[in-house]
Amino acid sequence: MSADAAPAVAPPVPAAPPAPAVAGLRRRATRRRTVVRVVLLVLFGTFFAVPLLALVEFSTRGAGGIGGSRSLTGWAQIADYPDLVGAIVASLELAVLTSVVSLALLVPTMVWIRLRVPQLSRLVEFLCLLPLTIPAIVLVVGWAPIYLWINYLTPRAYQASPLALTFAYVVLVLPYSYRTIDAGLAAIDVRTLSEAARSLGASWATVLLRVIAPNIGPALLNAAVLSVALVLGEFTVASLLNYVNVQVAMNNLSQQNSNVAYAVATASLAAVFLLLFLLSLAGRRRRTRGSSA
Amino acid sequence: MTTTTTTTATATARAGVEVRLEQLRRTYGSVTALDGLDLVLRPGEMVALLGPSGCGKTTALRLLAGLEDADGGRVVVGGQDVTRLPTNKRGMGMVFQAYSLFPHMTALQNVAFGLRLRKVSDRERTRRAGEVLELVGLSAQADRYAHQMSGGQQQRVALARALAIQPTVLLLDEPLSALDAKVRAQLRDEIRRVQLEVGTTTLFVTHDQEEALAIADRVGVMNAGRLEQLAPPTDVYHRPSSSFVAEFVGLSTKLPATVAGGRADVLGVSLPLVDAAAPPGPARAVVRPEAVGLAAAGPGETGPLVGTVVATSFLGAVSRVTVDLGPAGQALAQLPTSDVGGFAVGSRALVTLRPDAVVVLPPA
Amino acid sequence: MSPRRVTGGRLAWLGSLPFLAYVGLFLLAPTVVVAAGAFTDTANRPTLANVRVLGDRTVVDSFVNSIALSAASAVIGAVLGAVLAWVVVTGNPDGALRRTTTAVCGVLAQFGGVTLAFAFIASIGNQGLVTLALAQLGPQLSTGWLYELPGLVLVYSYFQVPLMVLVFLPALDGVRPQWREAAETLGGSPWQYFRHVAVPLLTPAFLGALLLLFANAFAAYATAAALISQGAIIAPLQIRTALTSEVVLGQANAGKAIALGMILVVAVAMTLYALVQRRSARWLR
Repeated sequence: MSADAAPAVAPPVPAAPPAPAVAGLRRRATRRRTVVRVVLLVLFGTFFAVPLLALVEFSTRGAGGIGGSRSLTGWAQIADYPDLVGAIVASLELAVLTSVVSLALLVPTMVWIRLRVPQLSRLVEFLCLLPLTIPAIVLVVGWAPIYLWINYLTPRAYQASPLALTFAYVVLVLPYSYRTIDAGLAAIDVRTLSEAARSLGASWATVLLRVIAPNIGPALLNAAVLSVALVLGEFTVASLLNYVNVQVAMNNLSQQNSNVAYAVATASLAAVFLLLFLLSLAGRRRRTRGSSA
Repeated sequence: MTTTTTTTATATARAGVEVRLEQLRRTYGSVTALDGLDLVLRPGEMVALLGPSGCGKTTALRLLAGLEDADGGRVVVGGQDVTRLPTNKRGMGMVFQAYSLFPHMTALQNVAFGLRLRKVSDRERTRRAGEVLELVGLSAQADRYAHQMSGGQQQRVALARALAIQPTVLLLDEPLSALDAKVRAQLRDEIRRVQLEVGTTTLFVTHDQEEALAIADRVGVMNAGRLEQLAPPTDVYHRPSSSFVAEFVGLSTKLPATVAGGRADVLGVSLPLVDAAAPPGPARAVVRPEAVGLAAAGPGETGPLVGTVVATSFLGAVSRVTVDLGPAGQALAQLPTSDVGGFAVGSRALVTLRPDAVVVLPPA
Repeated sequence: MSPRRVTGGRLAWLGSLPFLAYVGLFLLAPTVVVAAGAFTDTANRPTLANVRVLGDRTVVDSFVNSIALSAASAVIGAVLGAVLAWVVVTGNPDGALRRTTTAVCGVLAQFGGVTLAFAFIASIGNQGLVTLALAQLGPQLSTGWLYELPGLVLVYSYFQVPLMVLVFLPALDGVRPQWREAAETLGGSPWQYFRHVAVPLLTPAFLGALLLLFANAFAAYATAAALISQGAIIAPLQIRTALTSEVVLGQANAGKAIALGMILVVAVAMTLYALVQRRSARWLR
C-alpha cells in the first residue's frame, strides 16, 4: 500500500485546546425554522377554526348579540319543526340503507371477480372510480329522467319518500367503498381462504359471510362510515331531484329561523367529524399494530 | 504508487490538503456520538473510518462536511479553521450511501451542478463535467437519468459530481453499502484509482472491514465515539492496538496463553509478542486463521492442541476449518482447499501455530 | 398461480351481473342520457340547438366564472396547502402534529355544502362573529362579496387547502434529505437548493395537485348553491336554473348540454393530471 508514500507531515496532535462553544449554525437555522412553523400553524389553525367556532357561536347566540348571554333556544326548537325532524330521520335511514346496499352490491362482486373473473377487475375498478370524474351535478341531470320512471313505478303513498335517493347515493359512494374494500381484500389471501373453506364443504354464501366478511371487518366498517358521512352531508342530488333530506331542510329553514338551522348544521357536522375522526384514529391504531395492508 | 499522478484529470487535479479534526464532541440527547475525536488526514491520503454502527464514524464525516454542528472541538482544513463555516462554503465533495443524484437531471447535469452554482459558463461546465464523467468511465451515460442507470453507475456519477467542483476534501459516506458484492469490489477499486489520480485528501466511512483494508492508506478503527487505532491496513490487521480492534477487524481465534519472559505460551507453543511490554501472567492470544495450520493426529495422540473438526466451509481457493479443542475453545484454521481433504467433520486433527508474533489481550 | 378451478366455466362473469346491471342503470345510463340528450330535442330528434346554448352569453359567462373560480381557488389552495404540508413534513414523521393534521385535513377536505356556507355566513356574513367583533373594535367589514365570486374563492379554499395537504404530502415525503445535503456540499445556498432542486423536482406533483384541485372546485355545487340562492354565476348553478325552470333558456335539454360541457372541462383536467402524475411518480419514489 502507498501509506509510506504519503508525506509524513502529521505532527502529534497538540494538547486538546479548551473546546470552544461552537456557534451552532444548524441549531440556529433549526430554531428559526421552528419559529416560522409555529407562526404558520397558528395562522392556518385560525383560518380553519374560526368558521367552525362561528357556527357554534351563531347557533347559541342569545338576544344580546355576540357579547350577550348564550341561548340554547335554537337547539331546543329543533323538535318544534316536524318536517325538519322527519328530514333528519330520513337522512339517517338513507345513510344506513346506502351503506348496506353498497356493501351488498360491492363485496360479493369484488370477491367473485378476484376468484373467478380477474380479467374483469380493471373494468370494475374503472366503473367504481368513474363517479370521481363525473361531477354529481352532472349525474343529477342524467338521473332526473330516471327518477321520473322510479316515481312512476312507485306506489303513490311512497312517492315522496326520500329513501328513493338510495339508488343515486350508492353510486356517489362507489369510489370510496371500492377503495376501502379493495384495500381490505388485498390484505388477505382471498383465494386460499375460500378454497380452504370450500374444501371443508362450505357454500359460497358461507364463504362470503362467515369467512371473508369477518376477515375484512375493519374495511367494511370503514366503507360504511365513509358512506354515512357522505350521505349525511349530501345536498346536491336531493335538492335538485326535489327530495327533502336534512341538508335540504336545513337550507330551507335558514331563511325562517336561522338559529334552528344553524343548530342542526352544527349537530350534523359534529356527528360527521366525530365519525371520520374516530375512523382515522382507529385506522392508524390498526396500522401501528403491524397488520400491514 | 504516488498520490499525485495527473493524467487526464487536469480538471480535477488538486494538491491534497491536510485535514485535522481536533477534540470533536457531539451528543444527541443522552447519547454521545463523538467523545473528543482527534484525527489528522495527511495531504492527499485516503483514510477509512471503520467501526460498528453507532460508533460515531458517520457523525465525524458529517461534522467535517458541516452537515451537523459540533458541540465542541475544531475542524481545520489546509490550515484554515472551518468550524464555523457553513457546508456550502466548505467546498467539500461528498458521495452519499445511495439515491443522492438529483432525479430531474441527467448524469451530465448532475455533474455540472456544482459548476453551475459557481456561475461557470455553459460551455466550460459541459466540457469539465464531460471530462470528469470520462474519468469515472461513464461518458456513454451522460444523458441518462438516475432511474435509467444501475446502482453502481449512479454512484460513479455521484463521485464525478463530487469531484467536479475540485473539492478540498472528498467525503465518502458508505458509498458502496447499497450495491451488490460484485459491483462493490469493482467500484471500490475504481474509487481508489480515481482518488490516486486526482490526489484529493479523502475520508471514507464504512462498516465493512474488507473494504476499509483494501482501499485506504490508513484505517481508523472507531468505537464509542473515539478512535481506537489509526494505522496502515496491515498494522491494523496484524498489530491491533486493543482488544476491540483485534475482535472487530478480521476473523480470529482467541486461545488461552501465559505471558512470561517477553514471550507468550499458547497451549504449549511459545510465540514472540507483538508488544513486548505486555504484562506477564494469564492472557488471551489473538491468532489469525491464516497463522493456524492443521496436521493429521495420530491414533491415540493427545495434547492441548489436538481436537475434533466440527465444521469446514469452502470459500473457493481456500477453506476454513473449525477445530474444537475442548476447554481451550475452538480454533479457526484457513487452509488451501487442496489441503482440506483429510479433515472431514468428526475427524481428529492437530492444530499447529505459525511462529508469528502474536497480540495478547487481558484474560476474559 | 395455481390453475383455476372453473366450476362456472365461461359463464363465471354472470356472477358480476347484479353489479354491472346496477352500474349500467344508475351510472352509465345517466351519463348516456346527458351525452345523448345534449344533441336531441324533446321529441328525441337530433338537434344542435342545445349545444348552441353553450354559446349563450350567460352560459359562456358562467363557464368563464367557473373556470376563474376553480383556477383561483386551486392556486390559493395549492400554494397554501403546499406550505402547510411543508410545516407538517419538517416535523417528526410519527409525531402528533402530523397525525392530527392529516386526520383533520382528511375530514375538512370532504367538508362542503350547506354547512360550510353556514359556517362562513356565521363568520363574515352580515351578522357574523368576525364582522360583529370587528365592528365593536371600529372597522366596518363589507359583507356583500361573500355571496359573489370572491366569496366563493375564499369558501372553496376551506376544503381546497386540506385536499392539497393530503395530495402533496406523499410528494414531499419523496424528497430525500440527501438531495439537500448534496446541493449544500456542492456549494448551494438554501435558496439555490429551493430554486434548482426542490422546485423543479416538485413541479410535476404540484401541477398534478393543482389540476386535481381545479377539477374538485369545478365540480362543486352544494356550497355555491347554499351561498347563492338566486342567479347562476357559475356553470353548476346554470344547471340548477335549467333543471328548476324549464323555460328560461328555451330548450328543455339545455341542462344536458351544459352538463356535457362540464364533463369535457373536468375530463381535460383529469387527463392532464394523469399525464403529469406519471412523471412525478418516476422522480419521487
